[in-house]
Amino acid sequence: MQSATHPDLAEVWRWLSEVPDPEIPVISLTDLGIVRDVAWEGETLVVTVTPTYSGCPATTIINLDIETALHDRGVEKVRLERRLSPPWTSDWLTVEGREKLRAYGIAPPIDGTAPDGRLAGRISRLAGTSNLVIACPRCGSTHTERLSQAGSTPCKASWRCKDCLEPFDYFKCI
Amino acid sequence: MAGSVEANAVGAVDRAVCVEWLQRVGDNALILGHRVSEWCGHAPALEEDIALANQALDLIGQCQLWLGLAAEVEGKGRTADQIAYLRDAGAFRNLLLVERPNGDFGQTLIRQFLFDAFHIALLRALTESSDPRVAGIAAKAVKEVAYHLERSADLVVRLGDGTAESHDRMQKALDLLFPYTGEMFTDDATDRAMAEAGIAPLPSRLKPEWDRTVADVLEEATLTQPGQVWQHGVKGQGGKTGVHSEYLGFILAEMQFLQRAYPGATW
Repeated sequence: MQSATHPDLAEVWRWLSEVPDPEIPVISLTDLGIVRDVAWEGETLVVTVTPTYSGCPATTIINLDIETALHDRGVEKVRLERRLSPPWTSDWLTVEGREKLRAYGIAPPIDGTAPDGRLAGRISRLAGTSNLVIACPRCGSTHTERLSQAGSTPCKASWRCKDCLEPFDYFKCI
Repeated sequence: MAGSVEANAVGAVDRAVCVEWLQRVGDNALILGHRVSEWCGHAPALEEDIALANQALDLIGQCQLWLGLAAEVEGKGRTADQIAYLRDAGAFRNLLLVERPNGDFGQTLIRQFLFDAFHIALLRALTESSDPRVAGIAAKAVKEVAYHLERSADLVVRLGDGTAESHDRMQKALDLLFPYTGEMFTDDATDRAMAEAGIAPLPSRLKPEWDRTVADVLEEATLTQPGQVWQHGVKGQGGKTGVHSEYLGFILAEMQFLQRAYPGATW
């Protein structure tokens, strides 16, 4: 009825920070940086979400998880809005999120290293490795190599540590 | 035209023309995405299998955005799914190149590289579109396509400048598919109307950038550009106007099976 009965927005953000990403459950949706806005419109709680990759299969699950989490806290009317612009970037991962990824065995993204499709200087560098230096999330060695641009989810690449010999995921910069 | 869309530049162009153009962009992503997905479980190495599946996901996700916008502009209550699943071959507007069969891995990679180099030039131009919805989708997609181009260019160089066998297959694939690239850069009445409204670039304007990218990569790959060869679909009789090869019908037979067998089925 009146705004006094609405849960505080800071409280809502706290609830959302407890909703795990369905693909990488060690980080939350707010760690991922995809929740862009939360606001009350009358009796309806409007949550604005910016999707990660265009075809990420987790997108619908994420929306469902947000609705479920808010319904569980007693919010009856929830509306999800998709915001495409500006597009999601891995730069929006929180500092805490990056540390959680590393502890989980996924090397966090190195900001500013996304490809821009301008190939000059890149095509001459080959042999399967990139000029990125990614530290192994297990042993910390920078003696690592890229196995594949693709990994177990659209947002990750496959790497290998040449010191501890373990394969690991790298959260791609985009 | 209806004045309710004045906030967006598509109000400045005939609605049907805009829908036609959006289907061209969306159908390229849909049909190539479907083709690439056919490798899932069959690629020559696990890493490639995963890369191809992820790339197919990107493309189909982008298609959803473009066809979703087409449905919105059309304003007849259709959804992106209905446009994708309930049109027959003659209503598809994708380039002939993207419906070409996967062939061997060389053909798949050359097809991907020739398209990626065009796709990134197109999307870069679209980020400057006078329509904020078009610019928004392009700004998102261009970041994904930068990864696609980096990967396909790397692999074209590695296999072109690889063994005698891999070089031979890449050259044969290039000779086979190059005659399908001219269609990307032809301008017709739809393209001109979109360009005049500032929504999209004229396709012919994208050619210099594409030429440079292709020349650089082929040189590094020790492959020979076929040069001035006869081109399919450039006289207004190509995929952009709904005149397709026999391959598209087979793609649709598989892709649309569920909606044809169980009309209106939802997840």
